[in-house]
This record gives sequence, C-alpha cells and structure tokens, in this order.
Amino acid sequence: MDHSFETQVLIIGGGATGTGLARDLALRGIQSILTEKGDINAGASGGNHGLLHSGARYVSSDSAVAAECRAENELLKKLAPHCIEETGGLFVAVAGDDETHVADFPHLCERAGIPATRLDIQDARELEPVLSPDTIAVYQVEDASIDPFKLSLENMAQAQALGSRLFRHTQLMGFTMGRSSIRSALLQDIKTGEEMVIDPEMVVNAAGAWAGEVAALAGLSIQILYSKGSLLVTDRRITRRIINRLREPSDGDILVPGGTVSILGTTSVRVDSLEDIRPTPDEINLIVDEGSAMIPMLAKTRYIRAYAGVRPLLKPEVEENDRSATRGFTLLDHAEEGLENFVTIPGGKLTTYRFMAEKTADLVCERLGIPRPCLTRTEPLPSTEAGRWSEPGLGPRDWIRDKNPENPILCECEMVPQSIIRRVIESITAQHERPDLQAIGLRSRMGKGSCQGTFCGKRVLAHMIEQGDVAGEEGLAHLRHFLQSRWKGERPVLWGDQLMQAELKEALYCGLSDLERYPRMRKA
Amino acid sequence: MTEVPTMECDLAIVGRGMAGMAATLFAANRGISAVQVGMIGELIFASGLLDLLAVGWREKGILERDPWAAMDLLSKESPKHPYVRLKREEIETAFEEVVSFLEMQGLPYSSQTGQNTEMITPLGTIKQTYCAPRSMLAGIQALREKAPCLVVDFHGLTDFSGKQISAALQDKWPGIRSARVPFPGNSEKRELVTGDIMAETMELSKNREDLARDIRPLVNDAHAVGIPAVLGMEKNRDILEDLRERIGVPVFEIPTFPVSVPGLRLNNAFVRGLGEKAIKRLGQSRVLQAKEVNGGAFVLTVGRREPEMTLRARGVILATGRFWSRGLVADRKRIREPLFNLPVHQPETREQWHRVDFLDLKGHPVNRAGVDIDDCFRPLDGSEDPAFERLFAAGSILAHQDWKRMKCGSGLAISSAYKAVEAFWKMR
Repeated sequence: MDHSFETQVLIIGGGATGTGLARDLALRGIQSILTEKGDINAGASGGNHGLLHSGARYVSSDSAVAAECRAENELLKKLAPHCIEETGGLFVAVAGDDETHVADFPHLCERAGIPATRLDIQDARELEPVLSPDTIAVYQVEDASIDPFKLSLENMAQAQALGSRLFRHTQLMGFTMGRSSIRSALLQDIKTGEEMVIDPEMVVNAAGAWAGEVAALAGLSIQILYSKGSLLVTDRRITRRIINRLREPSDGDILVPGGTVSILGTTSVRVDSLEDIRPTPDEINLIVDEGSAMIPMLAKTRYIRAYAGVRPLLKPEVEENDRSATRGFTLLDHAEEGLENFVTIPGGKLTTYRFMAEKTADLVCERLGIPRPCLTRTEPLPSTEAGRWSEPGLGPRDWIRDKNPENPILCECEMVPQSIIRRVIESITAQHERPDLQAIGLRSRMGKGSCQGTFCGKRVLAHMIEQGDVAGEEGLAHLRHFLQSRWKGERPVLWGDQLMQAELKEALYCGLSDLERYPRMRKA
Repeated sequence: MTEVPTMECDLAIVGRGMAGMAATLFAANRGISAVQVGMIGELIFASGLLDLLAVGWREKGILERDPWAAMDLLSKESPKHPYVRLKREEIETAFEEVVSFLEMQGLPYSSQTGQNTEMITPLGTIKQTYCAPRSMLAGIQALREKAPCLVVDFHGLTDFSGKQISAALQDKWPGIRSARVPFPGNSEKRELVTGDIMAETMELSKNREDLARDIRPLVNDAHAVGIPAVLGMEKNRDILEDLRERIGVPVFEIPTFPVSVPGLRLNNAFVRGLGEKAIKRLGQSRVLQAKEVNGGAFVLTVGRREPEMTLRARGVILATGRFWSRGLVADRKRIREPLFNLPVHQPETREQWHRVDFLDLKGHPVNRAGVDIDDCFRPLDGSEDPAFERLFAAGSILAHQDWKRMKCGSGLAISSAYKAVEAFWKMR
C-alpha cells in the first residue's frame, strides 16, 4: 500500500455541501480529508444557475424550504459578500400564465415570511426594459446571484488553511467494514493510479447524485432520483436582476445575471444513469422557446455555451413529479441501520448549503463526542487567492494596474493575462495537484468567452510547456481533453454566430493541425 | 430609393476566398467578361497550404499519402463528394493554372509530385498537405530526414511557441529544439501579433541583420532554422535567401494561427495579378440581393451595407463559403443559403448536426451539409434539375464534403471553381 492516513472525518464529495462541511468542521477544530473524484463542484453544485434564492420560488410547494432559503439568503449576503452580487429579483407573469397562481403568490410569500413587493408593470419595464410587453404581473423579491465555484473554492481553501486535506481526482474504491462501523476507505488517484487507505473516525457521504453509489459500497441502499437540468450562458448580461417566471416551477423559467453574462434555465429531465450527462440541442430549443415568452430577445440572443447538472432527489414514498419533489434535505444517520460512523447528506440546494453543513457537522460532533458550536453562522468567509480569479473583471483590472509588457493577455475574450494564469497554476500546485487546462479554466475566466478556448487553449498550453508544467506530447493530450470538455457545452448552442466560431475552431485544430489524429489522454 | 449605377458582365463571381479567387482567375484567363464581388475573405485565415485530399475513407479516416488513391476510395465511400464529378486531369490542370499564376506573382509553391507530403504545424503535430509554399520546403525536408533543426520564436508572440512544437515532436524527431529571440525592434518585449506589421518589419535589411545576429550563435549543429511565417510579404523569397546567407543554413517558415501571413500573401497575389487582367473586382462589397430576370440573366444588388450598384450578369458563380463567411446561415432549426434561397442538403434535426465528441474521426454531419449540384456544378432545385440555368457553385458551400477532416479545402476550391467556369464557358 502506498499511503495511509488517519483522519477524524472523511468527507466524500467536493460540492457545495462537502466543501462547506470541511470548513464548518475545521472552524470547530475538527480535521477532515475531503475526497472528490472530479474537481471542485463537478456535479450539481457546478451545474446550476448560481441563484441565491429569496425563497419565493418555493412558497407554493414547500414553505419550510422557502423559510430556510430566506434565512440563509440573509446570512450569506453578510458573511460571504465577495461571492454574491445583490441583484434583487423579479417574479414575472405573462399573458396566458395561471392567474390563480399569480393571485395566490403574495399571500403565500407573506405566510412564509418572504418579502415580495408588487410593482407597477410600467415601472418594472423601466427597471428591466427587455421584459415582454405581454407582462401581466411583477413582484420584486430579494434573490441574489452567487458564484458557486468561488464559494466552494473559498470554503475549501479555509478548511485547508486550518489543516484539512483535499484529494481531487480521487475515487473511492471501497470500504473495509467492521461489525458496526466503517473501518477504512480505499481511495485511488485517477490520474496516477496511486492508492491510499484512510482510517476515519466518521465518514460523511456528501456525494450528491452519486450518494447512492457511495452508500452501496458500505452495503446500504439509498434510492436517489436523477433529475437533469440544462442551462444556457448568453454572451452578455441581459438583465440587472434575476427574472423568475411567476408560475409553477417549469422549464426555462429563470434568468440569472452573473458577472458579464446571464444564465437561462432549466429543464427537468429524469435520467436513469449519471454517465454522460450533457445538455442536448432539443432541451436548449425548449429553454429558449420558454424563456423568450418572458423576455422576447432571448430568442435572438447569442448563447456561448450550455451545461447540465443532475439534481439528486431522494425517492419519495409516493410518486410525484420531480419539480415538486422536495428540494429540502434529510440527514440520513446510518446508525439506524447498524453503521455508527456513517452519515449521508443527499439532496438539498445551493442556497441552504451552509445550513446543511451545519446540521451535518452537529451530528458528526455528537458522534465524535466533541460538542463544539457551529461558527459558520457568525464567521465571515475569507477571500483567498484560491477563489479569486474566477471573478470577471478582476483579471483585467489587475493587468491594467501592473501594465507590464512581459505579461501578455493569454485569453482575449475574458482578458486573462499570463500573470493570473501563473498564479492559478501555482495555487493548484500548492495543493499538490498537477495543473491542466481544465483545472485552470475552472479557477479563472480562461476559455469562458465567445471563442471557447480556440486561441487561449493553445496559448495557455504553450505557456505551461515553456514553464515545464507539462511535458512533450502529453501537451497534445491535454489540449484534446480541454477542447472536448469545452465542446460538451458548445455543441447544444451551435447555430448563428456560435456555429461560425465552432467552424473556425475546427478549421484550426483539425483542418490546419490534424489534432483529431493525435492521442487521447492516457487513463491510468 | 436613389438610383444606383448599373454594370453589365457575362459572369459574376460572388466570394473572395480561394474558390472565388480561383474562379475569377479562370474566367480572366478565358477572356470572360467577369466581375468579382466580396468582402475581404477567408484567405486571412488560410494557412497558405494547398491541400488536395488526404482522407478518402471517412469512417476510419485513414490518411493517404497518395491523394489519387484517396479519391478512388471517395467514389466508393462518399459517391456524392464533388471530387467524384471531376477527372484527375481536370484537377491537375486547375491546380497547375493557379500555381503557375502564383509563381508569376512572386509566390512560388512546391512542385506537384502527385503525392502528399508531411509537414509540421504550429501545435507541433504533423499534417499532410499536397502543395506547400516554397518558403516551407526546407522544413518539409528537415522533417523527412529528421535532421537536427532549430525552431525560433519571438519574445512577446503568444500565438507561436517553438517550445510547444519541439516538445510535441521530441519523440519522433529528437534533433528538433527551440530557442526564443527578440523580434527586431522589440527589445522591450511588447506583445506581438502575426500579420502584416511583423511581415513588413522583416522587409528591412537592418532588421534581418539584427535577427540573424541573434540566431547565428544558436544554430550549432542545426541543418535548418524554422521561423513563424512572418518573413515579409511580397519580398518573402528574397528575405529567405538573405537570411540563409546571414545565418549560414536554410531558413523555412512554419504556418501560424490567424492572422496568417501566407494567407495574406495569397490574397495579395490574387488581388495584384487579377488587377493586371481585364477583370473588374468590387472589393469590400457584398451581394445584398440576387434575382433572376427574364431570359435567365441575374440582377445582383451590390454594396457594403446600402445598395451601391446593380450588377447584371448572364451567369453567377456562388463561392460564398460556409458559416464563417455567411455563405450558409443557421438558426436553431434549419440551415439556409441566404442569397438564392437554394435548397440545402442537411441532417434532419439539429441534434444530428454535431457529434458528441469534438474530435470524432467520423467528422460532424453538419460539415457535409451544403448545396447539391449536377455535373456542371449547378445547384439543384430540390429535384435532379438545376435551380437556375446559369448559376454555379464552387468551394466549401458544396455538400457531401468535409474539407477540414478530408484535408481537401484548397483542392476543392480550385477544382470546383475550374469546373464551374468551364461549364459556363461551354454554354456560351
């Protein structure tokens, strides 16, 4: 065996909940190891709108969830302001929408304690001129937009600074079971094949949609439903506020501004498998058709990419539709099934991630016999280097301030200079990880603009080769991998201008360079 | 509406990419009264390499050293490919006519050996091409012999990395290495982009002296020195010779990502050479509207944004390219040909346009979308009949080909332009 580690808590899954839990525990003085088979927020935590709900969306389906959202919304705006833009939000109904629902909405909000103010339609269209002329009702709420990547990177960074460890690209292979507990976990580094044994006191399954698979390794059965949601990214910001359709939650009914772009979604498609989750052109057509009822210009807007996430939903006792299945969370304490040191936290939502982490950490503390209070309710989330460069606009500001001729811009669409790419690479290597183009893209704006990596992919790779981060022909495999991962998001939005862009990309990488004939990333 | 002037001609050629340029040349050489219309074209993006065909069998996508063998495969694997409507002699004649014209314009290409040849790309991959600018020949030879070779790049040029090339090739070509030098006049290492400014810098003897002085001590055992393709515009041939003398070994150019100087050279050579012929070119204008009038002639409204001229032509060659140049346009549901509203061969739904894997060797079905033609290269009307008696199509707008994957971009442009002009010529 190559390595073995002891830890108080092993957390499986590096999404919002897992990283939030790592921080919560660390602030209580409890050390953890977080293992993640992909990268930070690889699942649903990265595949959503980035919407910090006011709670208004859930007033008709689940008033308890609505109230939780409201409370966390207020708390996070205070404690993590650098991850949040206080955009405010509107709920908008258009001609043809269910008028009973429209009429009930203010009362339901009031009952759940969610502030919602009715706006005059004329005033609303002055605030957001792109709203449909067929608008029949508008309410103002306290939605905000949140950067989920920044949030998770910052949570993890503080946990690491306090002594916790992160293993990315590391797969849980199995557990060694004791009579009434998990004794150890076997992990494998997906890139190198290296194996590790972890001896934890407690194990928390925060694997989101994969929670059922993790539980199965411990011999337990959790029924998780997979609901795929696809979203679209526009080439610029369409509205200042978040725009929700005022109707029962459905397809293509939320538009969220985030930095320089807007995000339109979603769909809710039941899938049977977590393999090969990707947005499809048909889903994208549906979202655009639905969204343009609320904001007509969405039919003509340029979209630069799409993405999809899977909402993990606990299978309800009685079948109901996925939109109404609870978005709240349940903490599964497997002591009831005879495993004293194993907890699963499935389901839930980004807005209430902190609350979920708190409840989970409370249970962990109780089991460990270390009763310490939660600090994430009062301690602000620090802003660190790790999460810094995902913010739009920061790169250019930094570059203009330093104005150094030897610091060229490597990503022109998003104005990311070489110095920032370097710092991102260093922040990855500081975590004992090997940098690659995708990891850099996740932690900066690189590749997120309209060219989708056509020019910056080659440039950043050249920089990495020159600096010795990547060697030889391996670089071509990196590039292939990066282009493929961008493609997943591009493919569903290839019409109009974005199709032209894709044609140029293929002309350069295939027509000129024959990259399609070069080796793929070697699997360990 | 204000009156705009009217111009008459036999043949209007719409498009200024390789197909439009070649068609204009063929028309000029045959004494056809022709007018070319088009915005500055895709040639800025052209690598300067003249590919003919390297992949004939799309399912397995095997690279063929012999393009004619690949063409034999095409007739079985892809029987509707435009090449299948052409004879080898026609393709060779067309190529010869273009290449000898370019030579006359001071832009010499390698001689046609009938075979594809391997060359290095800016990614450090190896690609096959049929006919390369002579400025790249020493590199082709060095690769063939795996001779010791130095690739030079410049401080401040982020789009071209010698190290990227040498690192990727290291296993296959251990003798290749790289070095970085200042670009003449850029000792402060400002950001550089490839294009005419860098090319013009190299036209000054003083700058070449500086460059050679920096490269000479790095040569050591290298048999040849590769430099990004920015070595001058019109004087490229003299510059290469001058650098060879100063450095002491042959110097060759390596293609770059856009802006591509070899592409600009092609554009300039055509503009210059066609300017000497009895031909009209309406540069920086586009066809805003096209219609057929009585007797099968065409009336084209031409202008940049507003109508500036009416062009009456007995025939039209449509060489407007694909999506990048808006020869084809796509919305969320369908692909259209915007000028004549020609039927476009295309996959059933958008779901089928692209494969899940960007680099899938089978290629994306949308790349085979385009205009169906008859043996005279006339677009069809949806049945087996031509849409118009004297409307022809050439280049990448044609259906049933995938130039990026089959490596047939220039060859298709040139030979289809040839066939279209010949067909029009014969109808007179």
